[in-house]
Amino acid sequence: MATSSTVEPTRRDFLFIATGAAGAVGVGAVAWPLISQMNPDASTLAMASIEVDISAVPLGSIMTVKWRGKPVFVRHRTPKEIQEATSVPLAELPDPETDKQRVQKPEWLVVVGICTHLGCVPIGQAGSRGDYDGWFCPCHGSQYDTSGRIRRGPAPKNLEVPTYSFLSDTKLKIG
Amino acid sequence: MSGPSTYVPKSALGRWFESRLPIAGLIHGSFIAYPTPRNLNYWWTFGGILSFMLVAQIVTGIVLTMHYTPHVDLAFASVESIMRDVNWGWFLRYAHSNGASMFFVAVYIHMFRGVYYGSYKAPREVLWILGVIIYLLMMATGFLGYTLPWGQMSFWGATVITNFFTAIPLVGDAITTWLWGGYSVGNPTLNRFFALHYLLPFMIAGVVVLHVWALHVVGQNNPDGIEIKNVNRDAVAFTPYATIKDSFALVCFLILYAWFVFQVPNYLGHADNYIEANPLSTPAHIVPEWYYLPFYAILRAIPSKLGGVIAMFGSIAILAFLPWLDTSRVRSGKYRPMFKIFFWAFILCCLGLGYLGSMPAEGGYVIAARLLTTYYFGFFIIILPLLGIFETPKPVPASIADAVLARNGGAAAQPAE
Repeated sequence: MATSSTVEPTRRDFLFIATGAAGAVGVGAVAWPLISQMNPDASTLAMASIEVDISAVPLGSIMTVKWRGKPVFVRHRTPKEIQEATSVPLAELPDPETDKQRVQKPEWLVVVGICTHLGCVPIGQAGSRGDYDGWFCPCHGSQYDTSGRIRRGPAPKNLEVPTYSFLSDTKLKIG
Repeated sequence: MSGPSTYVPKSALGRWFESRLPIAGLIHGSFIAYPTPRNLNYWWTFGGILSFMLVAQIVTGIVLTMHYTPHVDLAFASVESIMRDVNWGWFLRYAHSNGASMFFVAVYIHMFRGVYYGSYKAPREVLWILGVIIYLLMMATGFLGYTLPWGQMSFWGATVITNFFTAIPLVGDAITTWLWGGYSVGNPTLNRFFALHYLLPFMIAGVVVLHVWALHVVGQNNPDGIEIKNVNRDAVAFTPYATIKDSFALVCFLILYAWFVFQVPNYLGHADNYIEANPLSTPAHIVPEWYYLPFYAILRAIPSKLGGVIAMFGSIAILAFLPWLDTSRVRSGKYRPMFKIFFWAFILCCLGLGYLGSMPAEGGYVIAARLLTTYYFGFFIIILPLLGIFETPKPVPASIADAVLARNGGAAAQPAE
């Protein structure tokens, strides 16, 4: 038998701990819906993918479309821009990715138009595309190249490439 | 000091009520008979001014909610209808938006006063930390409220601030999506920001009660940083002395407030916020409200996303550790010749960071912001701990009465009774 110095747990001790545990589980179970309600609701999640007609985008210009409440840039790249994007050594890139990994067809670049720093929309109008001919973020000065890769400034990552596919030569499906 | 109240109600009904709920005695003990140091200067009137501003913001805020619609398609128009259609709506909105600025003017003066006179030192550490919590809640409330008009600055300010959380490794994106209720700032975000903007002022009021409670346990600090030793010589009654002085200061403060509301109501705002939010176009130069500018400058001074966010939150969190970073045994800056110099340099540093926060993040501005950020943290982490060791303070008077008498004509201090 146990020595007299050790006190055997009693039925009361067991009930005390079991009650406390049941209470904690109960609080957790009630807290879950209160926290989860803040996540995107069914209607937000159900936002369908979009189809985009890209036949009207002239060479060298960028079309902006809205997808999941965010801008997506569809850029019709010139041979010079493609050349710029493919000729950069990976060692020079803060977030190394080849241009090939980021495009399906070299002349079409599709990226989410949200700066990976703090979420502003980078500017891509001709003449204010930054030092790397891509995009310039007006908020905190991040600069992206013609492949949407971060080159300079506080942004840590390249512009995100969304899931997309070409339905035909002139039709794009994003999402 | 705030011992059992000696308050005795005059009427029989008052005595009957007091023996059941001694609230009249609590008020009497806290705001009438309460002994307040006789050497307090006008920098000590900002606690009362802040209490007034909190009430003013809650009152104007509640009436504004009677006319405001928290929906992305209707919010901007409902604010414009407040400005044009609602009776006195322009006044209520300008009083509320400028009231937020005046609230921050007062809180910054209140905080710098606390730093200069060592009001955070033992035994007032908890009092100080409660103040830091109030300040944090104020910043959150101000940010949430600025989102509600749903202008361009509202939208992009909300986007940038909520994106701070994406800097957290691994779970950052999930937390941000949870905060937004979507994949970008949108209608669910606006709705919850409205709910929280309504809630937080009442949480501030709750912490203010704790702040005042803690103040009345340890007693007020004062310009000489000496505790009240003899209530009859060192202190005067809260009413009428502090009540009247606070009221006068409040009236002067209200003149400044009214000048903003009636003469330059949009001076502290931003023209871009009169353009409705557009998720597809970021304004060329986005800046937060003026009261966040120093922290915004610190954020942008660090050339790394996570580092910038940590530095920015750290610059506020470090205030809570101030009671232990300042190693000097002398409380008031009045008797600390070297501290004075570093203190005023710190004020200039904060103003400088504020200016840099409003400028574009490029070239010389970034270099200057880095230097000032270094001084900001250096003041807390290096200067204050070392000053306590190397500084030779001036002699501190034996009592508040001695300090006051020495100032008024240099009369010899009365011997202690």
